[in-house]
Amino acid sequence: MLTKRIIACLDVHAGRVVKGVQFVDLVDAGDPATQAARHAREGADEIVLLDITATHEGRQTLLDTVRRAALELFVPFCVGGGIRAARDAEQVFEAGADKVSINSAALADPALISAIGRSFGAQAVVVAIDARRDPQAADPVRQARVFVHGGRKPAGRRAVEWAREAEQRGAGEILLTSMDADGTRAGFDCELTAAVSEAVSIPVIASGGAGTVAHFADVFARGQADAALAASIFHFGVSSARSLKEELAASGVPVRLPC
Amino acid sequence: MRVTVIDYKAGNLTSVLKTLRHLGAEPVVTDGDLSLVESAERIVLPGVGHFVATSRLDATGLTGAIRAVIVRGVPFLGICVGMQWLYAGSTEAPEQPGLAYFTESCTRFAESREKVPHVGWNSLEVRNGSRLLAGVEPGEFVYFTHSYKGPVTADTAAVTRYIEPFAAAVERGNVMGVQFHPEKSGATGLKILQNFLAWRPEGTQC
Repeated sequence: MLTKRIIACLDVHAGRVVKGVQFVDLVDAGDPATQAARHAREGADEIVLLDITATHEGRQTLLDTVRRAALELFVPFCVGGGIRAARDAEQVFEAGADKVSINSAALADPALISAIGRSFGAQAVVVAIDARRDPQAADPVRQARVFVHGGRKPAGRRAVEWAREAEQRGAGEILLTSMDADGTRAGFDCELTAAVSEAVSIPVIASGGAGTVAHFADVFARGQADAALAASIFHFGVSSARSLKEELAASGVPVRLPC
Repeated sequence: MRVTVIDYKAGNLTSVLKTLRHLGAEPVVTDGDLSLVESAERIVLPGVGHFVATSRLDATGLTGAIRAVIVRGVPFLGICVGMQWLYAGSTEAPEQPGLAYFTESCTRFAESREKVPHVGWNSLEVRNGSRLLAGVEPGEFVYFTHSYKGPVTADTAAVTRYIEPFAAAVERGNVMGVQFHPEKSGATGLKILQNFLAWRPEGTQC
């Protein structure tokens, strides 16, 4: 049976894993390669590394980090942040990533999705969408709006129709972050996740709002998510993917166990 | 141990090469140097993406060279599209023939409520006697990402269920294929690749 994936996410700044709220008050949370290997060992089904440095000098550091992390990783490995052109993606793949996550660059130039997919396959292209419900819209969920720049700037797109376009252009997966839920630890936006998941045939990874095991069970059931991203819940040894998955299995969610 | 890895520009080889090195093998890559195929001790044909990419194997002469060494008994492993190429073809690119080592063809998953592509970790039902999957316990998980698949036949070494049962692995003689990505399948995947590297065909000496 196909299982629901638990994906560990590492935010990386200048070669270190960091944790903070809305990118401020960053706390050092260790070496990315070490952390990635630890998450894989502790049962994560996949690793996402998001580079939040976004400077030119930072690119080389990132590629070194990806290279080191990939060396000991034998689960799918996705890298995002700062990928603006097909050449950036190529460098990340050469360093050992299996997938790239693109966000604002895909909005600015949707052809980037197919450009990367043509060379590396659709399965290698994850389109990340940061969305907020639109309280003014007739249907605030189905007409949720896409944002860029950490959720501050509207991109002028609706999340559901942008996800559909991304799929048509050859995206392999959608990584959907609810900017309303992100950082709250009050649960995923299941309605938004379901609206996007129903609109596309490619997998949807839910992100933003995880605080408890029940939140994950909820986004897999009501939210129809194929995978869920967990960042803060894994840090500082609070929990592990394995213990999370054991609890999910007990509540009837199909997960990869033993792992 | 030297492993010849075939590059036909279908996706990224880094993961496969890294994993083979991790297991102590020395991968050498060819995208057209037939001597590297002719002298191969073992061959791995990776690949992701569209079946039409395998047309490059014909254009470069690799298809003929691979066919010849397979007949000689050189162990061969196809991964993902590399496995699908072992069949007669795929409905993904009907004009493009495969190697036809296995006479059936690959088809797309049937329309259903389930999503296509099939992406993620799914379990293996290993059939008795598979050398490639020796030591893989019932229900162990591996990582898939594909929309087309081979049918379950006598050559199927493991079955996976998604929408319908399909061939997760094939094996006959010195030719093996896996629809999943062993290089991305954790300890189970490493064990399978290790089995391939350790397997010694009877009556052949490279």
